[in-house]
Amino acid sequence: MRHVIIGSGPAGVVAAATLRKADPAADITLVCGEAEPPYSRMAIPYLLKGEIGEAGTHLRKDEDHYRRLRIGLVRARARAVDTAARRVALVAGGDLYYDRLLIATGSRPSHETIPGMDLPGVHSCWTLADARALLAKARPGTRIVQMGAGFVGCIIMEGLLSRGVDLTILVRSGYMVRRMMNPTASGLIRRWCEAKGVKILTHTQPKELRSEGGALQVVLADGASLPADLYLSVVGVDPNLDFLQGSGIAVGQGILVDPSLQSSAPGVYAAGDVAESVDCLTGKRQLNAIQPNAVEQGRIAALNMAGRPVHFKGSFVFNVLTTLGLVSSSFGTWQGTPGGDSAEVLDEARYRYVNLQFDGDRLIGANCVGFADHVGAFRGLIEGRVRLGVWKQRLMEDPTRVMQAYLAAAHSVA
Amino acid sequence: MQKSLHLDPNKCTGCLQCEMACAWENHRSFTVAKSRIKVFTFHHEGRFVPYTCTQCDEAWCMMACPVDAIRLDPVTGAKIVLEPTCVGCKVCTIACPFGTINYVAQTGKVQKCDLCGGQPACAKACPTGAITYVDADWTGLGKMRQWAGKTDTNPATV
Repeated sequence: MRHVIIGSGPAGVVAAATLRKADPAADITLVCGEAEPPYSRMAIPYLLKGEIGEAGTHLRKDEDHYRRLRIGLVRARARAVDTAARRVALVAGGDLYYDRLLIATGSRPSHETIPGMDLPGVHSCWTLADARALLAKARPGTRIVQMGAGFVGCIIMEGLLSRGVDLTILVRSGYMVRRMMNPTASGLIRRWCEAKGVKILTHTQPKELRSEGGALQVVLADGASLPADLYLSVVGVDPNLDFLQGSGIAVGQGILVDPSLQSSAPGVYAAGDVAESVDCLTGKRQLNAIQPNAVEQGRIAALNMAGRPVHFKGSFVFNVLTTLGLVSSSFGTWQGTPGGDSAEVLDEARYRYVNLQFDGDRLIGANCVGFADHVGAFRGLIEGRVRLGVWKQRLMEDPTRVMQAYLAAAHSVA
Repeated sequence: MQKSLHLDPNKCTGCLQCEMACAWENHRSFTVAKSRIKVFTFHHEGRFVPYTCTQCDEAWCMMACPVDAIRLDPVTGAKIVLEPTCVGCKVCTIACPFGTINYVAQTGKVQKCDLCGGQPACAKACPTGAITYVDADWTGLGKMRQWAGKTDTNPATV
């Protein structure tokens, strides 16, 4: 059996190792799109801070991992997939033939469409190569204008500031991390950043970048202009799907997969950021570009590819973010649901906040800032659809008692 | 025979000897906030519930770690955090649905129970036998559930 995995992020790397265990005789090829050993983008903020070297970002620390498991690493990018011939055409020429194919190509930075994005000094922060460029250019006093304050925009701030740069952040909407955080949580994060010397301009976006006298001018919609040595564009990510055009593989927001994580094409599976699966709470189709989802889907797709039927039961969105040392987290339907109760506790002076959202006596979502103890219990309560019983009222009175609620409610009904 | 921690809330008096022993073992400090085992207080029921990692087979934390910093100790079966490798991203802290791997701000790393390499200090310190280190076939998920049933703190959902 020939297994080809396109993409060497967490989903692909976990899938490869799972395949080896489940199918000892199989031929396994892992296609890596970048000139690096498989690495974790999650570790890049810590590389920027100087806390780890590049090896510290590698997904597997045992240098012999891939050779030992007989996983063939191929440095290439996929150009097209021919599902009838079961063949992947590579950008640099050549083909890879498969019996089972896993598409785990992850995400790439969304591209702003304003004039000047091709100028020197315009960067993203997504790959190791991006990180190297930033490390080379970000020095004390370097003026960085960063567009975007989502997950990536926030998590890289500490690394940038540790370089002594002058950082200005433009936010198109009124809120930082608006896809993760409610306005109160977002406001706390903003105030925290401003207290640390970051300039944040909300309801602001550039209309053009110009190069003047060796520096950039970031021209805003209102005509004002900000001088910058670097322009950092971190406005979100999109799944890497272009190479599937013409393949006949059904794509919505991502690759449509069934519960075995197989796409519309027999023998072709998808996992991680590119897979459009279902939300285990709402049943609705969704992309879920988070690390735990990527590894779980990688594992399950691999078992199915190896002929061991396992169903993916869906996942929900949760994430944890550290912004200049301030830890925040977001779980499930933090926006709440019509008719559902909510509870919150806020200590603005200490940057502490917990907001809970309920549907009946079940917890369905949460936002936390400055509260990091036992936060895994939020996942346990939400994903387990745990009936809280008397603990709902206790959480309404004190939302920080989530671990007690979990122990009492989740375990006594188990 | 692999062993695991058996936690019996019925025997726990809330003395926090386990937390002190854990904090001392791992941080050379008696600051119980740093303990990897926690005794949760249930005022309404007048109960104390000791809780820590069950070294579950799913190992959500180990699977989710993006930098290979959580490994299986083949001797004890514990999932252990390699501190020098951990970058402190905290993904494991939200992936673990039991809430038993946590971030320590002072170290910038996460921590969880590692069974002290096979000689858990909490079990040794517990004066009432609420925490014991026993043959694994006595625990496991089924036994964990049995234990959990004993917490009996939520009559409304029983």
